[in-house]
Amino acid sequence: MSKLTPVLSANWDEKDSFTIAGYKRNGGYKAVEKALAMEPDAVIQSVKDSGLRGRGGAGFPTGMKWGFIPQGDNKEHYFVVNADESEPGTCKDTPLMMANPHVLIEGIIIGSYAIRANHAFIYIRGEVAHVIRRVQQAIEDAYKAGYLGKNILGKGFDLELILHVGAGAYICGEETALLDSLEGFRGQPRLRPPFPAIAGLYARPTIVNNVETVASVPSIIANGPEWFAAIGTEKSKGYTLYSLSGHVNNPGQFEAPLGITLRELLELAGGIRNGHKLKFWTPGGSSTPLFTDAHLDTPLDYEGVSAAGSMLGTKALQIFDETTCIVRAVLRWTEFYKHESCGKCTPCREGTWWLVQILKDLEHGKGTAEDLDKLLDLCDNIMGRSFCALADGAASPIISSIRYFKDEYLQHLAIGGCPFDSVASTIFATSPAGGAK
Amino acid sequence: MSTQEVSADVTLELITLTIDGFEVTVPKGTLVIRAAEKLGIQIPRFCDHPLLDPVGACRQCLVDIEINGRKFPKPQASCTIPVETGMVVNTQLTSNVAEKAQKGIMEFLLVNHPLDCPVCDKGGECPLQNQAMSNGNGESRFDGYKRTFEKPIKISAQVLLDRERCILCARCTRFSEEIAGDPFITLNDRGALQQVGIYEEKPFDSYFSGNTIQICPVGALTGASYRFRARPFDLVSTPSACEHCASGCDMRTDVRRGKTLRRLAGDDSQVNEEWNCDKGRWAFKYATANNRIKTPMIRGADGELHEASWPEALATAAAGLSVNRAAVLVGGRATVEDAYGYSKFARVALNTNDIDFRSRVHTDEERDFLTSAIVGVQVNYSAIDRADHLVLIGFEPEDESPIVFLRAYKQVRKRGLKVTTIAPFTTRGSKKLNAQVIKSAAGNESQLISKISGLTSKSVILVGERLCESYGALSAALKLAQTSGAKLAWIPRRAGERGAIEAGAIGTLLPGGRPVSDVAARVDIQSAWGVKSIPENIGRTTSEILVGLQSGDIDSLLVGGVDPLDISADALVGLEKAFVVSLEMRHSSITEIANVILPIAAVVEKSGSFLDWEGRARAFETAVDVPDLRSDVRILSMIAEKMGKPINLPTVAAAANEFASLGNWDGARAPFIAASGTAISGDTILASWRLLLDAGSLQDGEVNLANTAHPSVAVISTDRAEKLGVKSGDPVRVSNSRGEITLPCEIKDIESNSVWVPRNSHTSKTIATLGIASGASVSVVKA
Ligand SMILES: Cc1cc2nc3c(=O)[nH]c(=O)nc-3n(C[C@H](O)[C@H](O)[C@H](O)COP(=O)(O)O)c2cc1C
Ligand code: SF4
Ligand code: SF4
Ligand code: SF4
Ligand code: FES
Repeated sequence: MSKLTPVLSANWDEKDSFTIAGYKRNGGYKAVEKALAMEPDAVIQSVKDSGLRGRGGAGFPTGMKWGFIPQGDNKEHYFVVNADESEPGTCKDTPLMMANPHVLIEGIIIGSYAIRANHAFIYIRGEVAHVIRRVQQAIEDAYKAGYLGKNILGKGFDLELILHVGAGAYICGEETALLDSLEGFRGQPRLRPPFPAIAGLYARPTIVNNVETVASVPSIIANGPEWFAAIGTEKSKGYTLYSLSGHVNNPGQFEAPLGITLRELLELAGGIRNGHKLKFWTPGGSSTPLFTDAHLDTPLDYEGVSAAGSMLGTKALQIFDETTCIVRAVLRWTEFYKHESCGKCTPCREGTWWLVQILKDLEHGKGTAEDLDKLLDLCDNIMGRSFCALADGAASPIISSIRYFKDEYLQHLAIGGCPFDSVASTIFATSPAGGAK
Repeated sequence: MSTQEVSADVTLELITLTIDGFEVTVPKGTLVIRAAEKLGIQIPRFCDHPLLDPVGACRQCLVDIEINGRKFPKPQASCTIPVETGMVVNTQLTSNVAEKAQKGIMEFLLVNHPLDCPVCDKGGECPLQNQAMSNGNGESRFDGYKRTFEKPIKISAQVLLDRERCILCARCTRFSEEIAGDPFITLNDRGALQQVGIYEEKPFDSYFSGNTIQICPVGALTGASYRFRARPFDLVSTPSACEHCASGCDMRTDVRRGKTLRRLAGDDSQVNEEWNCDKGRWAFKYATANNRIKTPMIRGADGELHEASWPEALATAAAGLSVNRAAVLVGGRATVEDAYGYSKFARVALNTNDIDFRSRVHTDEERDFLTSAIVGVQVNYSAIDRADHLVLIGFEPEDESPIVFLRAYKQVRKRGLKVTTIAPFTTRGSKKLNAQVIKSAAGNESQLISKISGLTSKSVILVGERLCESYGALSAALKLAQTSGAKLAWIPRRAGERGAIEAGAIGTLLPGGRPVSDVAARVDIQSAWGVKSIPENIGRTTSEILVGLQSGDIDSLLVGGVDPLDISADALVGLEKAFVVSLEMRHSSITEIANVILPIAAVVEKSGSFLDWEGRARAFETAVDVPDLRSDVRILSMIAEKMGKPINLPTVAAAANEFASLGNWDGARAPFIAASGTAISGDTILASWRLLLDAGSLQDGEVNLANTAHPSVAVISTDRAEKLGVKSGDPVRVSNSRGEITLPCEIKDIESNSVWVPRNSHTSKTIATLGIASGASVSVVKA
């Protein structure tokens, strides 16, 4: 277990980890005291020095983002937490908020203080009712304990924190669509510039950060930026939550330094389903190009994954063993993107509509080898042509799957259908091939 | 944005960039797609529209961009990116990446697009069709199934939507929100099922809805009255000007085999930009209504009208006008050329200054105001663009001059232009303009005008034609302008009124703003016309002419385009006694009493020009040529000939040339003697104006348009509602000794001593029913 660096998840197995008492028992709400005694700019500097990068997918340096907020502009500033977590495979923010909502709240107070915001929002996806209740309770408790509201800790800082429940659209995780949704409009990405830091919520300077990003801040303030920067790799500093799902024996969240490899993570997760071997996986959710067993030792930090042709994304490692049909898996993802496309731009809206039809045919062995070229060409016409990154995400699994598994696609065509036993890949598979029992 | 930032006189910063190897210099802030246009490079586009905010939704305009040697990793939407110094742009003409990207997008756009071209209204003038040809692949690789929808759905009575044709460019929705301020249509749902929709509880009752059809880049939005009627390549287009109000919209009239099929907003960046209102777009069937007069008629000894030949009718008219003391009434819809014809006819053929174009409520104060402060003065739309404060008095722009509303709204939205309005209550238009409403009972405006402060030379005061109904108010407005240096403009409702003033169709003025009272002015005109004298006395006003007719002082009358009921409930009575020569298009109450009727051409059937409220000429050509239907001036010239007192204006062009050659008067204007009003009192004072869509006769025959008119309601205050025991929607009866009008009430922030009703809707005609327009006491009871 030496590889794990539990910070956010350190106390998840304590029965009352989600309560204010449980949180404080383990040193919670100490960082906020320290932060409120600092100058706001010094807080921003600490976050800069720590090297913390956004955990929402793009890995943008958090301290730098906070520094973009214009100061002394006499405008209201807003701090918004992106808790929409809807990317297939991604499940870190939800368990984090379930088990330790106060670390998020503490991060929000520190962040809001740093950027001089007196209103903060958590935009949470609507489906996770149990988490919503827990976060709501935590907010109420924090108000009661004097961490939220007027004159926090007697330091003259005021903060109102509002939990906003989304209606369940993947696109509302995109930060500008999120802001539209938060303002009461239908969530569709906004044209940038202006960026949210200049004109975000209600056209006021706004920071949008991922849950995990914000939750990492208290530890940086409490232990100092050097402590954080000492973890991880040169350009990808700190610890992070990797979520392993799929064909592994012990799926779940693993908090480890950036730069750990899948091989190491698999060891922590009890390995691939017994009797099976790794076929392909996503390093950062379904929007990131697939990896195969050739990438077991790729360092899972921003640079390492990128050098190997994918993206660290949300560090959602969906693991598939050899029972999984690549065409089927890719089609399911593509159906997701088609369903979630907001419809604003042509390549995504029409492209995903078309891709699904081609992939459905291919799954049933209909079509020709030229269809694969067509698929790749359509992906080329989508990738980098759309309004936001959702469509790039839709093209990624297709392009990478054809790169690594073209033969398997062709095999579908050769036999006029899917060569796989679709039950074998399920968790309830009983055939020897399923083998998990 | 502060007002300074948009003030005109700042020198524009220029930026030079390279597009497809050519250098181009454009003002900072210009979008790449527009800089390319300057070079004649057409980047394909759908969602982009120069007057709408960029969205970057369709992605058709992708180009390759490099700034100071740094290349963007992916092609960029040229409709969203402002130019920068050192930018190098490669469009589809020089970049394979851009070309492939564009072809890819075009292919995607057609994935869910039906092959409707042969039956689609847009076919032949369709940006999708055209650009698919110019920038798309010859063949689609799509062989799957397309999205289908039930077709069409009604967005409103006049706008239909075929959803499967929609390419989701959001032009229509952005227009509604950004330009009209009526966000009643939005994009709903998501992905390929995204679609334009309405909110059933808030119908798309925008006065500007037709523009969405015109800017839709495909055939998704169609007009109920044009749908499936024609193919664009069978239409002959004629540049036109709108005859419906004084906004001055540039238009295009499309005709197939002698029949007007549609009218579109023309493109004039100074005036209507690219928009018009629904009335201008759709109200043209009046010209083909079945009560149209095509042959001259003479009232016989039997008291009945009989068809007559032109020579016979002209001779009868000439004889009747020669032997009697005659006057001229010309309605506010005459073209400049026709108004000039009436003006010259009155002076030369009838030897009188008794001419007035104001066939509506009018006052002497108004005449003097127009004579001294309005004639010859130009205030332009651009003054609104630059204004630091816009003051509206007795003027409801959305109803009474819709393009003025659009222009003001644009500035309100863009830079928070400050608007103040003196009005009986907060209208939908005032709300959209975020106006400060100074509430006034009709008739009491003058007191409030003098209280407006803080105006500068950049401020603009717009007074409505109906402000004359409030005695002393025009004087107060003029004083406000004079003391503050603000610009003052008068906005009539009808298209011909401003031109009629300039043409001298009023008793105080000769053509070109020459005061009748000024001997030098008269000499000017005498020599230009080659006549010995021009009458010296100030001519009678419309109401004085009516009195003259009653008393027998005047016994014959030349009328052109006048509805007596616009003037007063009793106007017709006086007319009945006189010998009346009526130049008319359609049968009306005036033709019922006329002795000679001479049919005239409708606007689409003639050429001519109007002067809009700015005083700007709006010329139009003949769109439908109907032999025997002539513009008024040609007929007047024939009558004058028969009378032996020729005015020599045989054609519209001759009238236009002669009028232009007179030039404008540069001598002193008649001094203005201010009138001062006394406060009106009473506990129920009537206020009213004409809604844009109402019972106006030029809207006849267009049912779909009528169905989008705002409902007729009586606006009352909360106090009054409580006293009457009514809630919104309950009927109330507005009455006086002459008659009563019953309407559903609407409770608004109107002063408790006021009630407002539409002036001329199908269920509320104040002049005909109550004998009043505004500013008089009525009673309101629960009906
Ligand atoms: C389609 C799409 C979905 C996204 N969904 C999420 C999400 O669920 N949660 C999230 O934190 N970021 C999401 N993002 C990224 C956000 O736009 C944004 O980059 C992020 O919230 C910034 O936070 P960070 O700097 O803390 O990473 C999404 C982006 C896209 C394009
Ligand atoms: S890529 Fe386009 S259609 Fe897809 S989600 Fe983003 S903006 Fe919407
Ligand atoms: S919108 Fe244009 S491309 Fe589409 S069917 Fe109509 S004419 Fe054809
Ligand atoms: S209806 Fe026309 S204008 Fe409106 S979104 Fe569709 S294509 Fe664009
Ligand atoms: S025209 Fe540029 S994105 Fe639509």
